[in-house]
Amino acid sequence: MSRLPTIRFTVNGKPCAVQVPPMKRLLDVLREDLRLTGSKEGCGEGECGSCSVIVNGELVNSCLLPVLQAEGATIQTVEGLANNGQLHPLQQAFLACGGAQCGICTPGMLMAASHLLEVNPHPSLADIREGLAGNLCRCTGFVRIFESVVPAAAARLTPSSGIQEKEPAAHAR
Amino acid sequence: MSTSAKTRIVGAPVPRKEGVDKLLGRARYVDDIERQGMIHGATVRSTIPRGFILSISFERRIDWTEFTVVTAADIPGKNQIHLIAADQPCLADEKVNHCDEAILLIAHADKHKLREAVNAVHIEYDPLPPIFTMEESERQDVIVWGADNLLKSFLLEKGDVDSVWDSAAHIVEGTYRTGAQEHLYIENNGVIAESNAETGITVWGSLQCPFYVHKSLLSIFDLPEDKVRVIQTETGGAFGGKEDYPSILAAHAALLAHKSGHPVKMVYDRMEDLAATTKRHPSRVRHRTALDKDGKLLAMDIDLATDGGAYSTLSSTVLSRATLHASGPYVCPNVRVRSHSWATNTVPYGAFRGFGAPQAIFAIERHMDEIAAAVGIDPIELRRRNFLHDGDTTATEQVMREPVILDRLLDRALAESDYHTRRARFALENPASAVKRGMGISAFYHGSGFTGSGERYLNSLAGVDLTPEGKVRVLVSSTEFGQGTNTMLAQIAAEAIGIGYDDVNLAPIDTGIVPNSGPTVASRTSLVVGRLIERAGLQLVAMLREHAFLGEHFTPEEFFAACERYRDNHGKVESMCRYEAPPGIFWDDQKYRGEAYPAFAWSIQVAQVAVDTVTYSAEVEEFWAVQEVGRVIHPVLAGGQIEGGIAQGIGYALYEKVVLENGHMANNQMTNYIMPTAEDVPPIHIFFEEAPLRFGAFGAKGIGELPHDGPAPAILNAIKDATGIGFHAIPLLPEDLFTELAARQELVEIAAI
Repeated sequence: MSRLPTIRFTVNGKPCAVQVPPMKRLLDVLREDLRLTGSKEGCGEGECGSCSVIVNGELVNSCLLPVLQAEGATIQTVEGLANNGQLHPLQQAFLACGGAQCGICTPGMLMAASHLLEVNPHPSLADIREGLAGNLCRCTGFVRIFESVVPAAAARLTPSSGIQEKEPAAHAR
Repeated sequence: MSTSAKTRIVGAPVPRKEGVDKLLGRARYVDDIERQGMIHGATVRSTIPRGFILSISFERRIDWTEFTVVTAADIPGKNQIHLIAADQPCLADEKVNHCDEAILLIAHADKHKLREAVNAVHIEYDPLPPIFTMEESERQDVIVWGADNLLKSFLLEKGDVDSVWDSAAHIVEGTYRTGAQEHLYIENNGVIAESNAETGITVWGSLQCPFYVHKSLLSIFDLPEDKVRVIQTETGGAFGGKEDYPSILAAHAALLAHKSGHPVKMVYDRMEDLAATTKRHPSRVRHRTALDKDGKLLAMDIDLATDGGAYSTLSSTVLSRATLHASGPYVCPNVRVRSHSWATNTVPYGAFRGFGAPQAIFAIERHMDEIAAAVGIDPIELRRRNFLHDGDTTATEQVMREPVILDRLLDRALAESDYHTRRARFALENPASAVKRGMGISAFYHGSGFTGSGERYLNSLAGVDLTPEGKVRVLVSSTEFGQGTNTMLAQIAAEAIGIGYDDVNLAPIDTGIVPNSGPTVASRTSLVVGRLIERAGLQLVAMLREHAFLGEHFTPEEFFAACERYRDNHGKVESMCRYEAPPGIFWDDQKYRGEAYPAFAWSIQVAQVAVDTVTYSAEVEEFWAVQEVGRVIHPVLAGGQIEGGIAQGIGYALYEKVVLENGHMANNQMTNYIMPTAEDVPPIHIFFEEAPLRFGAFGAKGIGELPHDGPAPAILNAIKDATGIGFHAIPLLPEDLFTELAARQELVEIAAI
């Protein structure tokens, strides 16, 4: 067998080098070679968005990207969203608002929402709908996902807001 | 008992138990799990819908010594999937009865070698004539199942339907059809199996009903109960689609593991999952209804048929629930429901949220609007005149002993949706607009729990115990797949005992650890299993008071100290409860008479729809749902159930079409099986009216299936309001709208000339 090329990129701030077939899907490299199993495969054809990751600032279906195209790239996956155990405002909001049910679309949905807030810090409801239209959720009917993005956008801009508490504000006793 | 008491945790929006793991991406779904020495399995499937298997050959270009190959001959026990009847083989032997039926299994350490190997297996058939529709099956020219193609039939009779026709002021007839629907859980079916001479078979999988899989594996491997262990992994959606199918997939992986000596993972890709696994039963319902001059129902004669596919699987119970929901939430002195489920040569249809009720409710709720038009009464008023009330009897002569608040739900739905004002405005605007708007309504109940004597047969066992770390643990086989089972049961346990939500965890769903609290289906978890956990919690407190000096009032610390004292003296702390039927329950399974369900949840849904007469697209612009599900255990989770069910119901009505070609699903990709996206789901307004049930956990009834029952008829009723055309079938796609609307427009144009 011919020698496999070494492909280098950064995942969640960590430099990685993998020796894999260059046409191997980025999703499989993340899941199998780097054991980052947060990104999921729902359809394998770029329809469901469960495998969404951010590559060089762009939202990408990692099931459609041959890993050679990620050479030198900066990649963010769901595993890199929380900061030292502190949930990202989006994760906090999804927890409090019911944005995650079965959880299988959640990693991709979080990455799509994170990308949306990166490019549009004040999204309208229409912007949120459009920004998440490439990510399918069969459980929630999307309503509570939209409702999660709104407070997360606010919290992201004001880091001291209540949603940053360790326990979500809605944790009533 | 506790239904009216103030609660601390029940009713509060506590965080989802497994929520943080899901949000961090560290929840472990089956495909995220690796086992030492694990290899991968794949399935060779039939390419014809019906015929005898003549030979199986293997292309020489593949080195088959590298592969494990399993056929029906390798099955140690019975070659059958144990469910209700035993007609479905685990692997087809001699004969296939539908496309994509599993014939042969292969496994290899390198999963990338599997596809080529599957394609290198050739099966020669002697084809038999197939049938694909229930009409062909009914004609019985070709018999494909049993003696007559009939998987199951029911006859339900109340009063004397035939005595009424001559004296009726109005008789209205209609036929309504629904198509198949795919669950489209985002996580496909998948399992890992291991086989070990000492411990037997162990299966990890994405599944709803661990003890169904357990029971099925026992007979396939001819093993005693303690030699089969089934463990649920985090499950990425199910909706009924992981009720019966995992029994097949688990058996396949276990057979490969048994033969190869390696752990075997089988995870379907989307195309295989769509082509080979179950869907919602297609249906056809004929209504003939008699009314008096005031629009009061006199008689309902209902003929209901479903297409069950090639094997009986769950068709009998789906048909039962369809039968029991066919006459709607109305009081009628004379009702006859004749129902039949017919075999065809397609993948067996199976459980899907609602389980026959959405099909039956589509028919009755569309029919009510057709009746209203024929009789000349407003559809709202027609429903109001015929609603069930406290003390009335249903079609099975079940007396409504618990409060029925349909009128209150209807009033609320009309007010919240501003129904009358909007409808009047659209009537004014529509003539001058290419976009026609309309308002539509549906009214319905959904029976919670197993039908009739079902819960007594299930005889569920559930409870709580204390872990070595000193936490209370809920012991159930009831699975979490998004609905919030873990959270809701932990709330109930914490509330019943009087400790904090964080003091309670869930035992792993492992048949080697938890008791059989029944399958996670039929909107039964909060009603039946929740009640068992409430009782087990109260029983534990009583036990500690009696034997461990727990005071009348106590702090969590005092409770756990009492647990330790009890454990020191008795070895373990455990409180188990078995199902007890509410008093005065009677059900006749032969005559289909009596208490069909332990409880009913009720709902009114309203849809505002816009039909574009240029593009022929129909869009749901806004949706309202008012429901009574007893006590709401968790407002966020309950709301999520309703919204998610409505979104699926919108897909069922307007988007989702299973296209079969020669019995094989032709559109088995997410690219061309279309579900509603973030841009398609309208604003959904939900409202709960609470009427706590005496026999549910803290007053809860079932909730999960209810919301899926109503959107399709409400949407098609709104389309009738908008366009004047009553469509009788779903899915209603733009091409279907085009056919009818264009024909009408032509007529109008001809009339204008």
